[in-house]
Amino acid sequence: MSERLEDARNVLSVEGLTLDLAGGHAQPRLVDDVTFAVPAGGAVALIGESGCGKTMTAMAVLGLLPAGIRPVAGSVRLGDRELLNRPERELAGIRGREIGTIFQEPMSSLDPTMTVGDQIAESRRLHLGERRGTARSRARELLDRVGIPDAARRLRAYPHELSGGMQQRVMIAAAISCDPRLVIADEPTTALDVTIQAEILGLLRDLQRDSGVAVLLVTHDLGVVADFCEDVVVMYAGHVVERSPVTDLFASARHPYTRALLRSVPAGRAPRTPLDVIPGRVPSAGDFPAGCRFRPRCEYAVDACARTEPVEARLDGGTGGHAARGTRCLRVAAGEIELQEAR
Amino acid sequence: MNLARLLRRLASAVLVIWLVHLLTFLLIRLVPGDPAQLLAGERATPDEVLRIREQLGLEDPVLLQYARSLGGLPRGDLGESMFSGLPVGRLLADAAPATLSVALMALLFAAVFGVGAGVLAGLRQGGWTDRVVSTIATVGIAMPSFWIGLVLVTFFALVNPWLPATGYAPLGEGVGTWFRHLVLPAVTLGVAVAAEIARHTRGGVADVLAKPYIRTARARGASGSRLVRGHVLRNAAIPVVTVLGLQTGKLLGGTVVVEAVFGISGLGTLAVNSVLERDYPVLQGFVIFAAVVVVTANLLVDTAYGRINPKVRTA
Amino acid sequence: MSVVATPPATAGTPGTPERARRRRPGLLRSMLSGPSAVAAAAYLVLLAALAVAAPLVAPHDPNAQDLFNRFAGMSAEHPLGTDDFGRDVASRVIYAARISLLAPLISLAVGMAIGVPAGLLAGLRRGWFDAVADRLSDTLLSIPAIVFALAIIAVMGPSLTTAMVAIGIVFAPHLFRVVRGATMVVAEETYISSAEAIGASTRRILLVHVLPNIRAPLLVQVTLLMGFALLAEASLSFLGLGVQPPEASWGSMLKAAYENQFEAPYSVLPSGVAILLTVLAFNVLGDRLRDAVAGGRAR
Repeated sequence: MSERLEDARNVLSVEGLTLDLAGGHAQPRLVDDVTFAVPAGGAVALIGESGCGKTMTAMAVLGLLPAGIRPVAGSVRLGDRELLNRPERELAGIRGREIGTIFQEPMSSLDPTMTVGDQIAESRRLHLGERRGTARSRARELLDRVGIPDAARRLRAYPHELSGGMQQRVMIAAAISCDPRLVIADEPTTALDVTIQAEILGLLRDLQRDSGVAVLLVTHDLGVVADFCEDVVVMYAGHVVERSPVTDLFASARHPYTRALLRSVPAGRAPRTPLDVIPGRVPSAGDFPAGCRFRPRCEYAVDACARTEPVEARLDGGTGGHAARGTRCLRVAAGEIELQEAR
Repeated sequence: MNLARLLRRLASAVLVIWLVHLLTFLLIRLVPGDPAQLLAGERATPDEVLRIREQLGLEDPVLLQYARSLGGLPRGDLGESMFSGLPVGRLLADAAPATLSVALMALLFAAVFGVGAGVLAGLRQGGWTDRVVSTIATVGIAMPSFWIGLVLVTFFALVNPWLPATGYAPLGEGVGTWFRHLVLPAVTLGVAVAAEIARHTRGGVADVLAKPYIRTARARGASGSRLVRGHVLRNAAIPVVTVLGLQTGKLLGGTVVVEAVFGISGLGTLAVNSVLERDYPVLQGFVIFAAVVVVTANLLVDTAYGRINPKVRTA
Repeated sequence: MSVVATPPATAGTPGTPERARRRRPGLLRSMLSGPSAVAAAAYLVLLAALAVAAPLVAPHDPNAQDLFNRFAGMSAEHPLGTDDFGRDVASRVIYAARISLLAPLISLAVGMAIGVPAGLLAGLRRGWFDAVADRLSDTLLSIPAIVFALAIIAVMGPSLTTAMVAIGIVFAPHLFRVVRGATMVVAEETYISSAEAIGASTRRILLVHVLPNIRAPLLVQVTLLMGFALLAEASLSFLGLGVQPPEASWGSMLKAAYENQFEAPYSVLPSGVAILLTVLAFNVLGDRLRDAVAGGRAR
């Protein structure tokens, strides 16, 4: 993979990122040796069940890890600038300026005491030193751009006066207000109604196409990934278990976990075929099994899977700007098993 | 705050004042026995009891007494002192400046130190600043205010004669003199209030820091003092303003004790003397005055609350 | 904080009855798990023991005067020196603990006698009684505590009994609030409806079904009010409106010390420190208890 990471066209390169609880030595890593890249103008999905470490990875990129969790190895580069373990002042200059962020649950993620106009303008005032009036008229344009009608009046509204979908549009407007190179969207549609989800995704897609901003989409929802991203990075229990261009992934999984994930999604499946449920649950950090972390829930597991912790194996080279495929399954890598087509 | 809400709050305030008045009116009349005899004391001569009876108008039917008493209320007519014969309203007005000076100075002291210490502790949760502030606040709440006063006088007026130990100087004698006389009483009165405010501010700041919108603000690039001023304090102020309002009654009641310690002739001294002299009309006036101040403060807090909390404004 | 303080009004709401019962031993244990709570509890037990055994442990007769030996400093004979009449301060502090501890208990008894039944009834039955009682407690709470107490003392005449009753009456609306709130939560439980269905009387429902389930918040409030009552009694006695000589509480001792402040500036320390430590102990215990109740609910 390394040749891909050195690609100068990558906006974001995460390499060997490992996160640990501060002060702990014995605990297994919450995020272990995670590597992926987001090409300029591209859209990459980081997918997995809750607790797999995907949000933690995104927060590490922003330098917003919760207290007590720290990076112990690896690197995070924006263009060719290292972000890991940089001073807060330097990171604050990048957040909002070069990386915009959209969080889930817009209601609690917007400041209830600040008008939406001021929240959208905040980044421009902080980073570009714009005056209140200038930043505000720019905020009005942004509201227009994210499809909020009557923008001039809505500028003065407080978050609780808007619907969930509107709030998320405000969050998007705030994230792109400084024309960042990268937008991190952490479960941007999870808290929304299904119809609103589609609108918000459509908006994100339009913005991406128009402005060429790169997007790192963090989600647990394969349906969201299918029509938005080019590349998918699948995480399980702190590991990247599979990486793939999105079309290849949906055509055939290269890791039992991905396959199980695909089979648990209703989209595109024949009517009346039962949905599969992945038995068991994601182990919590400190509870990771020896060997392959997915082994206890894996229908293909054999004794060998418990003996060694698999490393990522490269399957084939990337084509047409897409990432190479990789899997962290011993048996797939060895060609012992061919995963059945998911649907 | 919209008009309907304001009117509702005003009506409720008037109702409370009316009920306080009714309560003080009934209090003296509901106690078993003759109120005049009660106030005159056991050794009073029949003449004295009669005099009190006339002074209080106890000869008239109760409803008439009540109508008279209530009718005077809107005009500030609270009856006359049984001891001096002076109008209660005037006695209160004469005593109020000293008390209000001490109370407002104490509020200022408590707000500045309480909010300041609380914010520092909240921002450095678990750190040594936090521990020191929390410990001082816990002890500050447990200290009797008059004892704080005695200790302060001992160290800052007697052992080291830096500040006057007693008395109140009206503003007319110069701001410096006025201020010097206020320092010890205001600090005495303000310590417990500061401690209470510090505890709530710390809790408020700590709560806000854990909120998702703080993470969002940081993700936009806000950090350091921009983050604290722009997002943390705005939100943490909401519970703190409520607590500030609740402290008004505490401050007003506290002046009773503090005035005794510092020999200030304000409302508190007036009240204590009226208790010792069984001068019920004066005390009744003081109770109503105190209730008016507390209710007004609550109204002000309500208004401020609507200003800093947008959810209330439109709700 | 002196008598002027508004006592902490909230003490949380009770958990479900099953949990409340199961939690009982755990509540005490989790409360006493911190060193500060253990120290506070130990201090209070020791203080109570000293107060009860005052004649046995006090080095001197607290009222024995020695006018040739006024304001003596610390010595083996008088560990805390002597006061304006040459009386042994240490012995007086120990004896005064009796009134300083008893007065809050009586005040609380008065406050609970009014506030608890009213709160139970208002919380369970609601209706006009609740509306009236709630409005009344709102009104009483808008009068600063010490001002309210002064009004009652003005009517009844200054004495320790009056002061204790007055403080008790001041507490009533606070206790009413806590009990009413907790009862309203418990009243929603199905076992209350079942008790009513089998025809249990209101009295029985309140005593057998509600009261045991609101013990936790009530206990928290009572503990916090103990410290507050002690401060209140001390303040009133300091003003000359509580304990009358020759009886003494820590508050009235401070009054005497205050009057002799120019002659003996440090005489304000012993009784003041006694008040501070005792109130601190009650507050720490109350806070921990509240945390334990809240923690028990969260679990």
